[in-house]
Amino acid sequence: MTAHLPILIVVLPLAGAVLAPVVGLVSERVLRGLTLGVLLLAQLSALAALGVALEGGPWRYELGGWAPPWGIEYVVDPLGGGMAVLVSFMALVTAIHAARRLGGATGFATGVHHALYLLLTAGLLGIVVTGDAFNLYVFLEMSALGAYALLAGGGDRAAVAVFRYLLLGTIAAAFYLLGIGHLYAVTGTLNLADLAARLPAADPGVVATALALIVVGLAIKIAIFPLHGWLPDAYTYAPTAMVSFVASVVSKVGAYVLLRFLFFVIEAPGATGRALDLLAAAAAIGIVAASVMAVAQDDLRRMLAYSSVAQMGYIVLGLGLGNATALTGALLHVVNHAVLKACLFMAAGNLLLQTGTARLAGCAGIARRLPLTMAAFAIAALSMIGLPPAGGFFSKWYLILGALEQGATLYVAAILAGSLLTAVYLFRVLERAYFRSPEQAATPPPPSVASLAARAGEAPRSMLLPVLLLALVVLGLGVFNQALVESVLRPALAGMGR
Amino acid sequence: MPHADYVIAILLLLVGLYGMLARSNLVWKLIAMSFLQVAVIVFFVALAAKSGAGPPITGKEATPLARDYVNPLPHALMLTAIVVGVSTTGLGLALLLRIHRAYDTLEEAELLRRMRE
Repeated sequence: MTAHLPILIVVLPLAGAVLAPVVGLVSERVLRGLTLGVLLLAQLSALAALGVALEGGPWRYELGGWAPPWGIEYVVDPLGGGMAVLVSFMALVTAIHAARRLGGATGFATGVHHALYLLLTAGLLGIVVTGDAFNLYVFLEMSALGAYALLAGGGDRAAVAVFRYLLLGTIAAAFYLLGIGHLYAVTGTLNLADLAARLPAADPGVVATALALIVVGLAIKIAIFPLHGWLPDAYTYAPTAMVSFVASVVSKVGAYVLLRFLFFVIEAPGATGRALDLLAAAAAIGIVAASVMAVAQDDLRRMLAYSSVAQMGYIVLGLGLGNATALTGALLHVVNHAVLKACLFMAAGNLLLQTGTARLAGCAGIARRLPLTMAAFAIAALSMIGLPPAGGFFSKWYLILGALEQGATLYVAAILAGSLLTAVYLFRVLERAYFRSPEQAATPPPPSVASLAARAGEAPRSMLLPVLLLALVVLGLGVFNQALVESVLRPALAGMGR
Repeated sequence: MPHADYVIAILLLLVGLYGMLARSNLVWKLIAMSFLQVAVIVFFVALAAKSGAGPPITGKEATPLARDYVNPLPHALMLTAIVVGVSTTGLGLALLLRIHRAYDTLEEAELLRRMRE
């Protein structure tokens, strides 16, 4: 079995997805066990494969014994393996948190929900371990289909928001595929490593076109400002349990693909530089603009959605700056933001479940009723603002150092302004939660909500524990950030950067 | 006309993008999305074409030459892309069905007005 770990990372959730609707007919308890079981095994496989890659270099696995570049190969290098560990960990934690919410009217419907969730996870894991550009497209669309279907589960408004997401996501995928077609036309290969070797000799005009198509396609998928139009509605109306997963890892995996193509696959002198400059500028504007939008929101979920656009801006700014320090900061922020944003959205979900409202006004005095949930929210919030010892401080630190290395003081200003605005919109929540009593709430809750509000106290254990666990991980990422950078991120970047 | 196949792919791409942006009916947007997907398929099939080449089934000659056969790989890729396209269109139609049930319209302006109510 251990010889096949790279493929097991993907095949286990995929097999689970096929089985889930049938198992759902039998028993919901067994179904939950199946989902958690395959995700746990995928997590262990990813950890083991990453361990091998860190010790002995990239693990190349030939599918069906066909040698690359003819066959598809899976490559677990420190970068892809690290992403696989992150994705499978977040999938596992979210599955525990969402177990009660992944339900449908019938056992079969519940099974289909689980199947979609496992398909989404399998797609994301496939993206990070595959070494083939077209295989990556298939996984990209597989995860996107899973995300559309799960996000649409939030009601009628969610259906409208997701339809817009589906149209833009399909444009993005078509652009990516056209870019791959251009690369194939000039090299005759789809293997990422083979592409990297052959592209320097290819027609620079075609390669630059391919780069433009791929970057724009991925920019839509990641929702880089100003291509983020689909995101706020989709995140606001969807079920929070699923948003916590999508906001946490789906966008990060998109950023991984961007990093992979810009620094490991396409080498186009001039064109790559221009693409990076453009990305950095868009990201810097996006950090400030989306943070301002977040300050203006009075719905907790919509505020977190805009904050996701801003925080993805930090990651893309790191890619755009492109030196080793900034890339380290970007990757560190991928990890930090994945954990802390999931924690924030899950906490918001618990809040919504227990109080019946996600309005800021409804947060007044909430810390007294949900002390643990709000403590986790506060820890994640401090990390996102960038206060030590939480992890977010260190990613922003590396990003600022990277910007200074480049002499880009404007970008430093954007990073700091974004952090201040983040503090403004998150302290609006924390101030209400900790320092106001419910009586002072600006608007009394409507009568239909009042009955729900009677449900005082913390959310059920299966929804509370994952939030607390993630808050601990947020702190751990800060305390052990040096170890993470030295042992995984440096080998992952392997001296990359301009 | 040289490269008529690429010209068709580009036209389909533009028609698709225009339809998705400019049409106000959601069904039209979905149809335009299919145009976009077909444009990509035509582009790949055009990549595979060679003048004077036949279907890629070897066996008659002792030493088959690549120039006698169209490239089968893009065709194989597009089979997968077609499956992806069918899935996204199917999901899009399912979403439209639900939107129509909830708001009784698929015109964007009217839909936005009813969502505000």
